[in-house]
Amino acid sequence: MKVLVPIKRVIDYNVKVRVKADNSNVDLANVKMAINPFCEIAVEEAVRLKEAGTATEVIAVSIGAKACQEQLRTALALGADRAIHIETELTLDALNIAKLLQKVVEEEQPQLVILGKQSIDSDNNQTGQMLAALTNMAQGTFASEVKVDGDKVNVTREVDGGLQTVALNLPAIVTTDLRLNEPRYASLPNIMKAKRKPMDVKAADGFGIDLSPRTQLLKVTPPADRQAGIIVESIDELVEKLKNEAKVIS
Amino acid sequence: MSILVFAEHDNKSLKADTLKTVAAAQAIGGDIHILVTGSDCQTVAEEASKVNGVSKVIVADNAAYEYQLAENISLLVTELAADYSHVLATALTTGKNFMPRVAALLDVAQISDIIAVESSDTFVRPIYAGNAIATVQSSDSKKVITVRTTGFDAVATDGNAEIVAIDTVTDAGISSYVSDELTVSERPELGAASVIISGGRGMQNGDNFKLLEGIADKLGAAIGASRAAVDAGFVPNDMQVGQTGKIVAPDLYIAVGISGAIQHLAGMKDSKVIVAINKDPEAPIFQVADYGLVADLFEALPELESKL
Ligand SMILES: Cc1cc2nc3c(=O)[nH]c(=O)nc-3n(C[C@H](O)[C@H](O)[C@H](O)COP(=O)(O)OP(=O)(O)OC[C@H]3O[C@@H](n4cnc5c(N)ncnc54)[C@H](O)[C@@H]3O)c2cc1C
Ligand SMILES: Nc1ncnc2c1ncn2[C@@H]1O[C@H](COP(=O)(O)O)[C@@H](O)[C@H]1O
Repeated sequence: MKVLVPIKRVIDYNVKVRVKADNSNVDLANVKMAINPFCEIAVEEAVRLKEAGTATEVIAVSIGAKACQEQLRTALALGADRAIHIETELTLDALNIAKLLQKVVEEEQPQLVILGKQSIDSDNNQTGQMLAALTNMAQGTFASEVKVDGDKVNVTREVDGGLQTVALNLPAIVTTDLRLNEPRYASLPNIMKAKRKPMDVKAADGFGIDLSPRTQLLKVTPPADRQAGIIVESIDELVEKLKNEAKVIS
Repeated sequence: MSILVFAEHDNKSLKADTLKTVAAAQAIGGDIHILVTGSDCQTVAEEASKVNGVSKVIVADNAAYEYQLAENISLLVTELAADYSHVLATALTTGKNFMPRVAALLDVAQISDIIAVESSDTFVRPIYAGNAIATVQSSDSKKVITVRTTGFDAVATDGNAEIVAIDTVTDAGISSYVSDELTVSERPELGAASVIISGGRGMQNGDNFKLLEGIADKLGAAIGASRAAVDAGFVPNDMQVGQTGKIVAPDLYIAVGISGAIQHLAGMKDSKVIVAINKDPEAPIFQVADYGLVADLFEALPELESKL
């Protein structure tokens, strides 16, 4: 079976962003960019399915500016077989990303689409579920375990109260949580090999989808500043402060 | 305007988080209805009917909704959405799971995790793990929104709304429930606790979380954890606080053996009072802590328990 893995280029998770002085957005100039951590886990899961003989081909797809080809190359170095870049300079709502991915799904007919549960920049947590709705597929979100079993896939999900396992008809959508696996590092030979793997580039506006935004970003501000408080010298002092100064314990 | 609020519950009782989502609906303004989907969930409907500011509770009681499967729930909510200008759900795992499906089926964008309402079409939400706060305006005819509960205060529960049962059954038939492994605990839930004590990698193993239990007992606190503690297998995933775990804002948050990575801070830095216990004076957690104690947790915790 084919597995499709949508990946997103985002700010590196170790970087703390700053808001631009004019409050128009965050400042991404000269900031280190990377593959969204949840997408990296998605690629790893797909590659493991291939190594286990369950998947036959792993296709990575990314929507965005030319630079996201870097992240597609990373996915190829991690073991994806080929890549599709859907190029656009626009910042798209998750709904429009999902509509573009729907076109890719229609063309490629994957049995499984594995996405990240959340982009660490927009913190949307929407695309996988939207794609599932548009393609009328079942979804296993926030997955910590994925087991393909005949024409079904069992997905164990991280939910508020603990874990929940659901059985989904294939084809299906899975979104990854952090514990699903630990992604490998790309080896140098694999990085070299990735340069020769196929990458198909298509223009986002060639799909006949209205990509105009549904939401407008009016302003971006820094969060309320939290000042460091004091260092207490002892447990006695801590308990005293919590009782008498902060009044949060009695 | 008319607003449909999706109720969070376990088929027995209404989760208090729903009261905060109703507060967000009140901030938008309009006639507010609550939707209860579930199985044998009559008691939930009765509780929901007491929520202030709500004029009607719609109950869809059917086996197809017992486990809140996104495929089934989203079809029902999409159908009902025809009569509303806004559909709201709490940004917990159920709402996060099915709401984007509703948005896609309605062909509208979703606005996730709002923490404030500016007007009926303009909302405030954190992005980049809370390191930036965005104000976004929606041009869609219907707004599909998830609400972060730390942004709103629960409404009271002395109302009296009418309860209307509907018998629409939407079963997509493409997914089914297999099993669950839910954590049973006598302690308050993370989302509802006014005091939380969390342990990180510094706890070294799951057994050592017992050191937090005695303190939690004395303070009536919930116990949380960092992702590192979850990944290392010390504690189950439902204890994770952070950008990609639970977002909390208790009156008192005590972080023990937690360094203070931005992803962890994203889940707790709106707490009223933060205490950090860490042996490394340079740990970033001290930059957000009101009271910091530089100490070995294995000495500090037993002493703290004895002095409370
Ligand atoms: C996409 C993504 C999402 C993430 N989401 C989350 C999230 O939601 N929540 C989250 O928490 N993390 C999240 N993380 C992980 C995060 O980046 C950090 O790795 C994690 O928070 C670190 O946990 P920690 O502070 O327990 O461990 P460490 O960073 O290892 O810190 C351990 C601390 O314990 C202290 N310590 C050790 N021994 C003692 C002792 N005896 N006494 C006192 N102090 C001691 C040390 O000084 C140190 O400061 C995410 C990461 C990624 C990539
Ligand atoms: N521009 C994009 N290109 C490809 N995949 C994307 C893109 N944006 C989001 N995704 C996928 O959708 C997941 C969830 O993103 P989001 O809904 O934005 O939180 C990501 O982890 C990716 O797998």
